[in-house]
Amino acid sequence: MIAAAVHHEPWWIAIIEALIIINLLLGLFAYLTLIERKVMGRMQLRYGPNRAGPFGLLQPIADLVKLVRKEAFAPSSAIEAPYIIAPVISAFTALAAFSVIPFGPGWTVNGWYINGAVANVSIGLILIFALGGVGIYGFIVGGWASESKFSILGTMRTCAQLVSYEVSLALSVLGVVILGRSLNLAEIIHRQGEFLPFVVPQFVGLLIFFIGGTAETSRAPFDLPEAEQELVAGYHTEYSGMRWGLFQMAEYVNLITLSGLMVTLFFSGWHGPWHLGPLWFMLKLLAVLFVFIWMRTTLPRLRYDQLMRFGWKVLLPVATINAVITALCVAAF
Amino acid sequence: MSPQPISTVKGFAVTFKQIFKKPITQQYPEYKRPVYPRFRGRHRLWRHENGLEKCVGCSLCAAACPADCIRVVPAENTPDDRVSAGERYARIYEINMSRCIFCGYCELACPFDAITLGNDYEISEYNRDDQIYTKDMLLAEPIKRVPVADADLYDTPIPFYRAKS
Repeated sequence: MIAAAVHHEPWWIAIIEALIIINLLLGLFAYLTLIERKVMGRMQLRYGPNRAGPFGLLQPIADLVKLVRKEAFAPSSAIEAPYIIAPVISAFTALAAFSVIPFGPGWTVNGWYINGAVANVSIGLILIFALGGVGIYGFIVGGWASESKFSILGTMRTCAQLVSYEVSLALSVLGVVILGRSLNLAEIIHRQGEFLPFVVPQFVGLLIFFIGGTAETSRAPFDLPEAEQELVAGYHTEYSGMRWGLFQMAEYVNLITLSGLMVTLFFSGWHGPWHLGPLWFMLKLLAVLFVFIWMRTTLPRLRYDQLMRFGWKVLLPVATINAVITALCVAAF
Repeated sequence: MSPQPISTVKGFAVTFKQIFKKPITQQYPEYKRPVYPRFRGRHRLWRHENGLEKCVGCSLCAAACPADCIRVVPAENTPDDRVSAGERYARIYEINMSRCIFCGYCELACPFDAITLGNDYEISEYNRDDQIYTKDMLLAEPIKRVPVADADLYDTPIPFYRAKS
């Protein structure tokens, strides 16, 4: 139905593109930690990190060196194989999910076609949710294999929360899929370019997606899986060194992917005045990430029963009604 | 569950406004906040004006010390080798700074005001052995000094902190 779906990208361009994007993504993750600490610091009348390099700009590198050099010890009762493989699963699925996020319209350079995303999959949206579902296994298996009570408690909470909110999250994008008439993210963006950003007709969907996404990436105020005051650190209590770093990376990359998905589905991706392409995508992505950080400083953590009640009794019905009304409206007009 | 949208939005506004305020952090190594004049820091041993040590090696400070970080070994003063004003003097006087809790009991126990607690708090070392201060180190002027607030500020009928608030 839309011509942009037809494309041929040579395999070697795809590999180079994937390498560039994965490095950009990891760089963004590293500096997102710095941005988060800086922004949170300013909101709490502090400076945040400002010792390593000018304005603390080398802080992520210092953190990385510290993590890599740190001994990654395991509890003697831990079940070795799943304990080691769990952070790898989480990090892999997190990085893989970003590959379907389109950041540009696609270009033709010297007759070679360059894709606007690492992988232009026809069911990109479903792929992201599927990879997210597999990524949860990393958290579950990691906590379970640690053989520690805090890890088990954290895992139980992570499990219950992620499974509950994934339903609302998937239902909230149903309206977008109905309006976009496709599961391909590039086509959804094209449709928004012709029509208007889906934030206008799907504002309720955006709100549900935002709240569900916050719970899905277990960030404040839904950070119960790793509530420091009650659970030490949740499922990654027994992890240290770069294994812990992988879990942390998975969490932040998931956040970036989710923000990218939000920009794609509701804020028309790389569309914008003056045809800046990927720059627009980046700006919108940073704005969404800022809102996530802003929310973390503002709202206190929910109680566990509040979290469950809100997820099943408020978020899920509203998401369902939103999807049904959207479908009715599309059928009527 | 009662959603409180208006108060939540207000909360977001409050946190956003803080970005434009000046942080109240004191950047420590560059700016050292003056300590309270009676702040208890690094110890100091004192001499009389004629150069004799005030400490007579009675070991009362070591007895009073709850952290057991003071070690005193006394010796007799002789007419050719007169170190302190009393009968005996401290041949060895050591304070293990890594154990000291800066309670000031040694200062209270001392009958001759030979030991007092100064204001210096920058006494970190890279080596634990360097944390054991000998008599020579304690008798000498401290090398690092920290700024001390004006004592007159605090020596008022109404305490400084109460007058300002």
